[in-house]
Amino acid sequence: MEEKKTHIDVARVCELAHFDICAEEMTEFQAQLDNILAYVNKLDELNLDGIEPTMYGQPVVNSFREDVVTPSLPREDVLRNAPDSANDEIKVPKIVE
Amino acid sequence: MDLDISKMTIAAAADGMRAKDFSSVELTQAVLKAIKEKDTEVKAYLTVDEEGALAGAKEADDRRAAGESGDMLGIPVAMKDIFNVKGQPCTCASKILEGYIAPFDATVTRKLREAGAIPAGRVNMDEFAMGSSTEHSAFQITRNPVALDRVPGGSSGGSAAAVAGGTAIASLGTDTGGSIRSPASYCGCVGLKPSYGRVSRYGVTAFASSLDQVGPIVKNVEDAAILLGAIAGADSHDQTVLDREVPDYRAALAGASLKGLRIGVPKEYFIDGCDPEVMASVRKAIDMCANAGAEVREISLPHTEYAIAVYYICATAEASANLARFDGIRYGFRKVGPEATLQSLYDRSRTDGFGKEVKRRIILGTYVLSSGYYDAYYNRALKARTLIRNDFQKAFESCDVIMTPVAPTAAYKLNSTVNDPLKAYLGDIFTVPANLAGICGISVPCGKTSENLPVGLQLLGPAFGEVELLRAAAACEKEFA
Repeated sequence: MEEKKTHIDVARVCELAHFDICAEEMTEFQAQLDNILAYVNKLDELNLDGIEPTMYGQPVVNSFREDVVTPSLPREDVLRNAPDSANDEIKVPKIVE
Repeated sequence: MDLDISKMTIAAAADGMRAKDFSSVELTQAVLKAIKEKDTEVKAYLTVDEEGALAGAKEADDRRAAGESGDMLGIPVAMKDIFNVKGQPCTCASKILEGYIAPFDATVTRKLREAGAIPAGRVNMDEFAMGSSTEHSAFQITRNPVALDRVPGGSSGGSAAAVAGGTAIASLGTDTGGSIRSPASYCGCVGLKPSYGRVSRYGVTAFASSLDQVGPIVKNVEDAAILLGAIAGADSHDQTVLDREVPDYRAALAGASLKGLRIGVPKEYFIDGCDPEVMASVRKAIDMCANAGAEVREISLPHTEYAIAVYYICATAEASANLARFDGIRYGFRKVGPEATLQSLYDRSRTDGFGKEVKRRIILGTYVLSSGYYDAYYNRALKARTLIRNDFQKAFESCDVIMTPVAPTAAYKLNSTVNDPLKAYLGDIFTVPANLAGICGISVPCGKTSENLPVGLQLLGPAFGEVELLRAAAACEKEFA
């Protein structure tokens, strides 16, 4: 098991999560998140050797259905929601030089 | 015609329409009028599509004229702003989804329409269902109609405030860690969280996919049974819904009684730090069940104290993954910086689009999944989740239903937890275990505090035990009346 910490590197995690927070929030979040982290470290009290993880709400195994083609959403309905579009496509900033 | 919908149930409205006392158009007009006149202070509703609602009502009246007569036919339902309803906004009370118009119906929306119900009005919530007070909405504060200086609970606070405030007949909410049961309890409504896998999540914006479940917030247990029957069942769009028959929940309520019901009362749910009046009210309700012939026994759910830690690891981890899709590309809010790069588009759209609580939870979730911490946090939480699930499995060997408080306090004052997230999270202690275990639970009003604030009794049943749960809840409701 990796070493646990009592301190989240909030600036680094924000980078991973693709957003910024302001300086004031940084101070506020740091204290709150470290507090929450200290609380969840409570799980260290438990002996979890040999316990299987529960990942789903109910045990579901291999739920199959017929591979039938059904209509997709109409292009105009989808593009109506795009912040920017042209020629029936969604526009984004240049990604290839 | 002047219809008063403030106390009207689904069952009563259905009877009224069958007896031709009023039409669905008249009923829907009465709901729209109530929203206009009475929602000014409570502010449960975000948007109301009057034209669409009336068109739906007209269609329901036509279907009735053609011979249909189902319980949901012509009933307007207030929808939490998390359900996709084709042609309507679906913001999840977040700025990042401002301007989004749903291009499709969620499965629950489709099923409601098939039953003849009308998605009428979108109600407020905590942003992306993250919160227990509805104070984390990006758009407005919703007040508790019972006491306007207090929160309605959350995250489905708009649903409970609309039903309790007399501006909706019924509402649909979602429950990831108590978001149906807690607001129902705070506002004096009935709120049902079905078992995981009972109701489709397709078209319901995901918060934590292994915990989210859709359910009714309504005026009585019978309405919960009716609405659950309308939305439950297998769905080719959601593989986590179990392919099991949907019983006639309403008919199953006939003859509901507490006699011989084995009630388990977990000692870990009656702990220090809870409001003594709330605890006394719940104790008294359980005593009334005993006096009515139920067998009450103390049980133990020994891992309860770990539930909050497990929940806030699992839920935030899943949320950080689910909310990665909000990137400013395909829909919703977009902001591009002067750099005009794709990277800056992602970062700036998410920086300005997400609110504080959502960012806080994404940070925690990203952290527990990040390289080096996955096993220490996420994997440990999943294993501890198994222990919580096993606790319930064992408990249900010796009882039919478990009774507990819904929340440690009654509705609290606005602004009292927004700066202390851990305190707010701990308020979910009695509701999150049911989501972790995938079982069903319902909140039923059982009394009031000296300040006249509603108190809810939580009944928990085993997975897919909705019939027995609803029967027990209906018997309680009769006993407490």
